Amino acid sequence: MKERTTPTDAGGLSRRSFLQSSALTISFSLAPLALGQSPAPARAVLPGSLNNNRMLDAWLRIHPNGKVTMCSGKIELGQGILTALSQIVSDELDVDLKRLEIISGHTGLTPNEGMTAGSLSIQDSGTALRFACAEARGLLLAAAADKLGVAAGVLSVSDGRISAPNGAATSYWELTSESLLKREASAKTAPKPSSQHKLIGQSLQRRDIPAKVTGGESFVQDMRLPGMVFGRVVRPSAPRARLLGFDAAGVKAMPGVLALVRDGSFLAVAARREEQAIAAANALRASARWEEPGDLPPTGAALFAHMKQQRKATSVVSDKKAADPAPAVRTLELEYTKPYQAHASIGPSCAVALWTDDKLQVWTHSQGVFPLRNDLSKALRMAPANITVMHREGSGCYGHNGADDVAFDAARLARDLPGVPVMLQWMREDEFGWEPLGSPMVMRLKASLDASGKVSDWSHELWSHAHSTRPYDPDGVNLLGSWYLQDPLKPGPSRNIPQPSGGSDRNAIPLYVFPQQKVTNNLLLDMPIRTSALRTLGAYANVFALESFMDELALAAGADPVEFRLRHLADARAKAVIERTAQMAGWQAGAKASSDRGVLRGRGIGFSKYKNLAVYCAVILDVAVDTRSSLIRVERAWSASDAGLVINPDGFRNQIEGGIVQSISWTLMESIRYNKQHVLTRNWGDYPILRFPEVPALQVELINRPEERPLGVGEGSQGPTVAALANAFAHATGKRLRELPLTPERVRQVLG
Amino acid sequence: MTLALNVNGARRSSPAAPETPLLYVLRNDLGINSAKYGCGVAQCGACTVLLDGQAIRSCAYPAGQAAQGNITTLEGLGTPERLHIIQKAFIDEQAVQCGYCIPGMIMSAKALLDRTRNPSEGEIRQAMANNLCRCGTHSRILRAIQRAAKEMA
Repeated sequence: MKERTTPTDAGGLSRRSFLQSSALTISFSLAPLALGQSPAPARAVLPGSLNNNRMLDAWLRIHPNGKVTMCSGKIELGQGILTALSQIVSDELDVDLKRLEIISGHTGLTPNEGMTAGSLSIQDSGTALRFACAEARGLLLAAAADKLGVAAGVLSVSDGRISAPNGAATSYWELTSESLLKREASAKTAPKPSSQHKLIGQSLQRRDIPAKVTGGESFVQDMRLPGMVFGRVVRPSAPRARLLGFDAAGVKAMPGVLALVRDGSFLAVAARREEQAIAAANALRASARWEEPGDLPPTGAALFAHMKQQRKATSVVSDKKAADPAPAVRTLELEYTKPYQAHASIGPSCAVALWTDDKLQVWTHSQGVFPLRNDLSKALRMAPANITVMHREGSGCYGHNGADDVAFDAARLARDLPGVPVMLQWMREDEFGWEPLGSPMVMRLKASLDASGKVSDWSHELWSHAHSTRPYDPDGVNLLGSWYLQDPLKPGPSRNIPQPSGGSDRNAIPLYVFPQQKVTNNLLLDMPIRTSALRTLGAYANVFALESFMDELALAAGADPVEFRLRHLADARAKAVIERTAQMAGWQAGAKASSDRGVLRGRGIGFSKYKNLAVYCAVILDVAVDTRSSLIRVERAWSASDAGLVINPDGFRNQIEGGIVQSISWTLMESIRYNKQHVLTRNWGDYPILRFPEVPALQVELINRPEERPLGVGEGSQGPTVAALANAFAHATGKRLRELPLTPERVRQVLG
Repeated sequence: MTLALNVNGARRSSPAAPETPLLYVLRNDLGINSAKYGCGVAQCGACTVLLDGQAIRSCAYPAGQAAQGNITTLEGLGTPERLHIIQKAFIDEQAVQCGYCIPGMIMSAKALLDRTRNPSEGEIRQAMANNLCRCGTHSRILRAIQRAAKEMA
């Protein structure tokens, strides 16, 4: 089953099937499923994650002492999700935020919502909480009506206090009981209409920020358990290298060293002090001898030719033919490429592990505590019930970075130190050298224009490695260290996340209406350099290609890029974000690029509806190309987006802004370096990212549609941004760059 | 052998060897959360603290060399109840996504604002150029520093 690898990247049915199949491992209060029964086929489909976590008290507990506990399987990634969910609970339940305690991402205490990924947390968890709270409020009102002897309909609630018109009153805290929410949700109580929202739609300040600006304990890296010691892992010298030997005696004699674990080619060390662990790991690395296979793929342009020759699974994901297509007057066929890119979290991945009486506790910044527990249980060959995985925040991850892998490293090392908590953080070079990368991609696009200047036929074929190799694959274990053990485990096979979300082919199907189209995905089955989910998966590269190609076609048709897009769109919300962004930027059809003392200036637009299911976003960028330095600088950015009901407008803007900046960085600078043996990128000197002097002025607007359901926003602006940048470069210079990143070397080549 | 340090106005001691990077002494011996490990080679700024008012990279600064000076970390600026102007400005502008780089950002901003009363936007961008942020929160951080500069002026 393809879809089981990355439940929430996939969404929809695939996610449900994942959660149902994993439901047997849920231990907390999810009564019908926890008893080991499969869900009955005839049960009603419930909204959001309620469908797979059906007990009300799995989401919400109301305590006689006036506190409310909200549980979510989704976790904070710096996107502000827990603040947004608290706004939902406060509004739907009519309780003050001060009463709220939040538990998130805990295999013993929260619903299993798979991964926090794919911009789905508001849709999954937010929707579940809206309905759970509305229903809980209804139950409490019914109990109050009984007690006060009035009709429930006449009661009003304010911060948990329930009042009748005759002055009689009671409260949630008086009415609540152990059994009240121990029942399956029906989702029959409608959440409030937007007109009654008080906090939903407000830019509430994030609850995690005060601690983060004052040195509070905010991250897994800040945990300090009694007696905690420090670990480091020594990764092989190259992917798939085999450990031949190392200086065990010398390292064991180093100051503070408590444990040295060699299990096949897995090598790790623990010491009393962190700097001692680092010194011991360095000594191990210096003395270790490895056998290297030297089987990494070719670099540069040769990589993309090579990719097309590899073993692959081909699927046609969209195929539309017209009975009587208009004759083509012009046909274009062009190829676009994207290299290996890194998540490059500022803080290298970290975990804390503690073994007590053959039971394991792990604190992790993984995006999915339940999937991680599943793979830990396979890798450590123990029952999931004996493992508790608890989320703690980490540095922003932007997808599948080293978070899960370091949790295995810490757990494997700590197994040799029973009763002693071990904190293991990767070094910077571990993160760059071993995090799963965003896959390189080739996109070949072909389209014909008819005599009226409209696209009559469109094709998009792409080649890519897998975009999701996260834990929870049924046919493998997706934890790096486990592949190097004496008795090694195998990673899961390459899989694609199916449409409608898509993985490699995410956003490859145009939202534009073309009479004929064909979209073909070639999933490469082998993975010489490990790849997995990097924010937007294939969408970044597909939107780059699709939206660059739209501009190339507009040019061929003699049309303005904005007007050319609008003439191919039927979706009114899509048109609205493009029109609004154009208005914000003062877009003028036919505006000429400018040239001033060797600096060429132009502007470009990009648009997508993320996954064709989530936020609508358009971006316009103004760029300056310095013909002497060949540097591209983005000077200004405008963006309008529409995500339906917006829970927290400022949180929404923060995500769109961050996505624009991150995408400019990917687009101008980022590419992993490697040779036949080694991944060469090791530190920030090898992998520059955008810095303060290079960040443009941003203007971001939201089109709020409170009666539309909320759509995921966290990955909305990356695709439109890369396209806007490439299009702005083409507008400024009259030359087109079709290979990412848009480095000075490439600029120099096309400008001559 | 003990190492004595002045941290946030208090005399503190650590059993670390003097060549130990200051970062590990602060975090693991003195309970300081704010300074973060990011790269270990002074490239990213996540570990930034002040030594006698100058921003230094504690990941690559031997603790022994800091023994004579006064070290200030984010914890020394203010608390959630009594925020420093810069901390408050970061909250007011919601200038955080994941927040891992933020302690280093605030300390670099503090060093800047202590030496430059009313910095231009260009000066702020230059002063912050070696503090990396991956979430793309730069424009909010700029606004927070500008806001703090105004309030401190």
